[in-house]
Amino acid sequence: MKPLLKNSSILLAVILLVALTLPLYAGEYYIHIGVMVLFYAYMAVAWNILGGYAGQHSLGHSLFMGIGAYTSTYLFSVMGITPWLGMWVGGALAGVMGLFVGYLCFRYGLKGPYFALVTIALAEAAVYIATNAEGIGGAQGLSVAWTGNAPEMMQFNGKGGYYYVILVMTVAAIVLSTWIIRRRFGYQLLAVRENEDAAEALGVDTLRVKVQASIISAMLTALGGTFFAQYFTYINPRNVFGEGPSIQILLFAIIGGLGTVWGPVVGALVLVPVAELSRGWLGGSFSGAHILLYGTVMVLVMLFMPNGIVGLYEKIRQRIQNRNEKSEVA
Amino acid sequence: MLEIKNLRVQYGAFAALQDVSLSINDGQVVSIVGANGAGKTTLINTISGLLRPVSGQISFDGKDLLQMEGHNIASMGIAQVPEGRKLFSDMTVYENLLMGSYSKHARPQRQKQLEMVYELFPILKARDKQLARTLSGGEQQMLAIGRAVMMCPRLMMFDEPSLGLAPKIVQSIFEVILRLKAAGLTIMLVEQNVRQSLQISDYAYVLETGRVVIQGSGQEVLANEHTRAAYLGI
Ligand SMILES: Nc1ncnc2c1ncn2[C@@H]1O[C@H](COP(=O)(O)OP(=O)(O)OP(=O)(O)O)[C@@H](O)[C@H]1O
Ligand SMILES: [Mg+2]
Repeated sequence: MKPLLKNSSILLAVILLVALTLPLYAGEYYIHIGVMVLFYAYMAVAWNILGGYAGQHSLGHSLFMGIGAYTSTYLFSVMGITPWLGMWVGGALAGVMGLFVGYLCFRYGLKGPYFALVTIALAEAAVYIATNAEGIGGAQGLSVAWTGNAPEMMQFNGKGGYYYVILVMTVAAIVLSTWIIRRRFGYQLLAVRENEDAAEALGVDTLRVKVQASIISAMLTALGGTFFAQYFTYINPRNVFGEGPSIQILLFAIIGGLGTVWGPVVGALVLVPVAELSRGWLGGSFSGAHILLYGTVMVLVMLFMPNGIVGLYEKIRQRIQNRNEKSEVA
Repeated sequence: MLEIKNLRVQYGAFAALQDVSLSINDGQVVSIVGANGAGKTTLINTISGLLRPVSGQISFDGKDLLQMEGHNIASMGIAQVPEGRKLFSDMTVYENLLMGSYSKHARPQRQKQLEMVYELFPILKARDKQLARTLSGGEQQMLAIGRAVMMCPRLMMFDEPSLGLAPKIVQSIFEVILRLKAAGLTIMLVEQNVRQSLQISDYAYVLETGRVVIQGSGQEVLANEHTRAAYLGI
């Protein structure tokens, strides 16, 4: 086991080094892919706190992403407030929404597919509300006013600046997610996921911990929404509140491995480049091909790695460990 | 210590318990005997606060349990060893045990209870880093009991702890129940092994389709004609 542990911390160090230096030697296109990997890793880590740890699969996390994106963009474009501040306002609003959605659903015992359906419905309702709210751009959406290279306004010439912003956010989210899972709160979430009645009978306030997970997950997701708006400089009801982002976030978490710290990160790391590159290579020649490829990878993963990529890795590691132990005995 | 009066519990329109009254005194072992579907698990889950009765009263040390939420009932000192164990299968043995001691009232006793569990079931100590789902059936049952002991309970409710286990392990589970009683715990026992559970019981209730039909000391119920015919096959 020792050498394996050493290997994985060396691997981690190498990945971190590559991640830190990427903008120094990669072209804009590859930095863009890096940004996308980090962004989706970040969003999947945020989703995983509620969906993976607590086992409450939200299919409407775009609701929170949209709240973050719209809040900071509105504050920035209309009132000139920096997104560095606006993102926390959006986070707070999303936190309140997370409390509302969580309490509403969990208080009345909504579980599994029923919870998922409510989250879809709420996100879809948000699309309609935003589409009809002229004050926030209606169906046209909002553009983020360009103020030049202004780091204090979360705007940069070139993609490198954005890259480092989302890198810091992702590392912070991973640290937070690791910290949670090692604490009593994390164990309580896992207990709720594995057996809610047993957890309640053991004295876990299951309603409370689920709602707390919902709030944390919503807030983090909203912060990601602000980044999304700044990076693409344009948002509309469909591309932030719509089902697209909700489903992508969820897929990366599931394919990487639900409920583990690294699953969502690995999922994004493996799949986002596939999606982005195939969009570039195939997209032009016959449209829709990237979706096909994407779908195929997903089906294969679900069939052959039900616990995701991280689950498969754990299984192999366990095997090797068992074999080593056996040979030690022999 | 536990007093139940006129309890009625329904799943939708179906009444699983109708007008059940019973009491359990401090330090006793009390058996609940009944066929499949009689309402035994329903009774235990209602006491634990996982189900809400339609009517009736439950009090523990004079306090009204129906005013409390499930997680607060645990910190009153009421633990259940649930039917089918309900372990956290992707957690280790040790983590499962810790889950038993997170409540405010159990926390300070954690170390002491852990030693007690390891003393009752040395195998759990040997396997503390193993995932719960990789344990054998008998070990899983021991872990379920151990997790409940970690809660520092005063009343422990066992729901068919010996289901599916080899005779030898069944015996050791009965021994553990007696040791817990000797340590001052009060026990409510639901067991398929009717004869043996009545033999160690101070008092027993026979439940049929949601009603108490017979009650008395363990010996009395064991000697009862109806019980003998229906549950002991004599
Ligand atoms: N969740 C539920 N929804 C509807 N009916 C239920 C539910 N749980 C139990 N019942 C019904 O309530 C009755 C009592 O069930 P309960 O599980 O309490 O019986 P039991 O005495 O524990 O039986 P067993 O010995 O088989 O465990 C049964 O008829 C059962 O079908
Ligand atoms: Mg039962």
